[in-house]
Amino acid sequence: MSIPSQDNAIQSGRLMRALIYTLLIFFVLYYLLPLWVMVSNSLKTLDEIHGGDMLAPPRAITFEPWKAAWSTTQVGVEATGLRPYFLNSILMVVPAVLISTFLGALNGYVLTKWSFRGANLVFGLMLLACFIPFQIVLIPMARILGMLGLAGTIPGLVMVHTVYGLGFTTLFFRNYYAAFPTELVRAAQIDGASFFQVFWRILVPSSGPIFVVTIIWQFTNVWNDFLFGASFSSYDSTPITVALNNLVNSSTGVKEYNVHFAGAILAALPTLVVYIVSGRYFVRGLMAGAVKG
Amino acid sequence: MASLTIDKLTKSFGVVDVLKGIDLEIEDGGFLVLVGPSGCGKSTLLNCIAGLEKISSGEVRIGDRNVEGLHPSKRDIAMVFQSYALYPNMTVRGNISFGMEIRGIDKAEREKAIEEVADILQIGELLDRKPSQLSGGQRQRVAMGRALVRHPQVFLFDEPLSNLDAKLRVDMRTEIKRLHQRMGTTIVYVTHDQIEALTLATKIAVLEAGYLQQFGTPDEIYNDPANMFVADFMGSPSMNLIDGMLDQGQEGLEVRIKGHGGSEIALPAPDTAAMRERLGKPVVFGIRPEAMTDPDGADRTSPRIETRDCYIEVSQPAGSDTFALTPLGGKECIARFRADAKIQLGSFSPISFNMTKAVFFDPETTLRIR
Repeated sequence: MSIPSQDNAIQSGRLMRALIYTLLIFFVLYYLLPLWVMVSNSLKTLDEIHGGDMLAPPRAITFEPWKAAWSTTQVGVEATGLRPYFLNSILMVVPAVLISTFLGALNGYVLTKWSFRGANLVFGLMLLACFIPFQIVLIPMARILGMLGLAGTIPGLVMVHTVYGLGFTTLFFRNYYAAFPTELVRAAQIDGASFFQVFWRILVPSSGPIFVVTIIWQFTNVWNDFLFGASFSSYDSTPITVALNNLVNSSTGVKEYNVHFAGAILAALPTLVVYIVSGRYFVRGLMAGAVKG
Repeated sequence: MASLTIDKLTKSFGVVDVLKGIDLEIEDGGFLVLVGPSGCGKSTLLNCIAGLEKISSGEVRIGDRNVEGLHPSKRDIAMVFQSYALYPNMTVRGNISFGMEIRGIDKAEREKAIEEVADILQIGELLDRKPSQLSGGQRQRVAMGRALVRHPQVFLFDEPLSNLDAKLRVDMRTEIKRLHQRMGTTIVYVTHDQIEALTLATKIAVLEAGYLQQFGTPDEIYNDPANMFVADFMGSPSMNLIDGMLDQGQEGLEVRIKGHGGSEIALPAPDTAAMRERLGKPVVFGIRPEAMTDPDGADRTSPRIETRDCYIEVSQPAGSDTFALTPLGGKECIARFRADAKIQLGSFSPISFNMTKAVFFDPETTLRIR
């Protein structure tokens, strides 16, 4: 009787591991490929793109396409670059995210801790808002914006995104606060804290993870939105997604691929940064409440 | 400090009646314990006193003041919750001072009050920690500190010790009792632990299914239960409730109880009008384990010790005592013998019944026959 060699077991384990890693590395490269194409081509001259290989690294790095995309290239009828539209997007995203997140937190607080008859029905209806496709609300929303005198303005876009995001933010906060001990709210009430004092002093300081999740979610959605931007903005309130589209479509004559690539990266940059900076909180926040601790 | 009166209080959630007409009164400086099994409505009653639940009808008065419609913070109460409910984002200091901060008390005065409370509860070195850095017992202290600092008319405790381990629970029980003696504040305390109820209370209210079963001093509740529920619920091991027949014996009334096999024992019963009405009918004979002992262990000060031979099936040594199980009236009954009493298992041994401690119940209404 021979004892099975342990070396064999370890070696087959190593082989398996090597295989798994090879596969993983392959997929990592595969997923990074588009980013590579964008970055490398945005650093090439137009001649080099026309003459060469899409996947090849730039022979001589040039930042001209980036400068052009940012400040000089033709967007629509004006040669302003993406800069003013980037600013439009910031002016739209920041208030929309803050307002919808704040209202979502307040909704979650009321729905769980100041529950009233029909609270679940109200929550159900708000949840339904998450499933309404963008296209359905376009025409009624245009009418409402017109009535409010907000058509084609940045405040109008802020309102549209706030209303549309409310369903999601309420869902996030309601579920988070449902697990928040009610005894804490009662203790604060006995201590004499008012409705808003309980909210600001007790709930909000304990809501870090869900705030991060909601802000990332809202930021990404609002920044990346194209349909509302294309439908409800005028030339001085166009967000960057729409401007990027105009940039790509409005080039006359030669298509400046390097500028398009640079512009696309510029448009995607903020969401990338937000995700990289707070991504780990995002995962942690999504898991929060699943287990204690 | 103030007395607390509860008058015909009812509470329903939708169609479910949780409290069905509760009348209670605790004097200034008293310690009222609400005790009962899970779901009897005791925590709801406490929340009604606190104002966290709206009452359906009746009245709650703190001192001479009807607190109907008054916000919890205006009732001059403080509450300690089962889960402690410490604000997780604040330090111990912040937790204790939060209420004062809301009421707009200036900083110097707050600091003084915190120091004072920290001194009483010996939590001075914990003041700058967060609740998550505290042990269970420390959290309990902080929760009590947060209540103490308000100097309320009435303290409300909602099962404050049920999250602690057995040893700590006994320590904290003593501490609460000491605190009560020192501060002399009226306390209402909810628990499902009948030992806690008996050791802490000046008055106990036993609740079951939304009804007040009995309200009295610990001694009354223990020795003079109003019905079979109270008799069974209070005390550990619980009272033996033995089925028997009430009969006319040679020396007055007696209760006949079936023992092991075909044997039967007869014990004298008090000759009262109410008992005479039950003559020839079944009764429930209630006796606490400590009133059923080996003859040498019987209470010599009792004028009425009756010794009968009973069949001993099982013995359970418990250190200080030995519990002997004997079948009486078709049930296992527990007798409490001295630890070193000689017990012959599987045979008849004499057991002394202290009849001054015996009580009788009507098996149909479960009420006491006096």
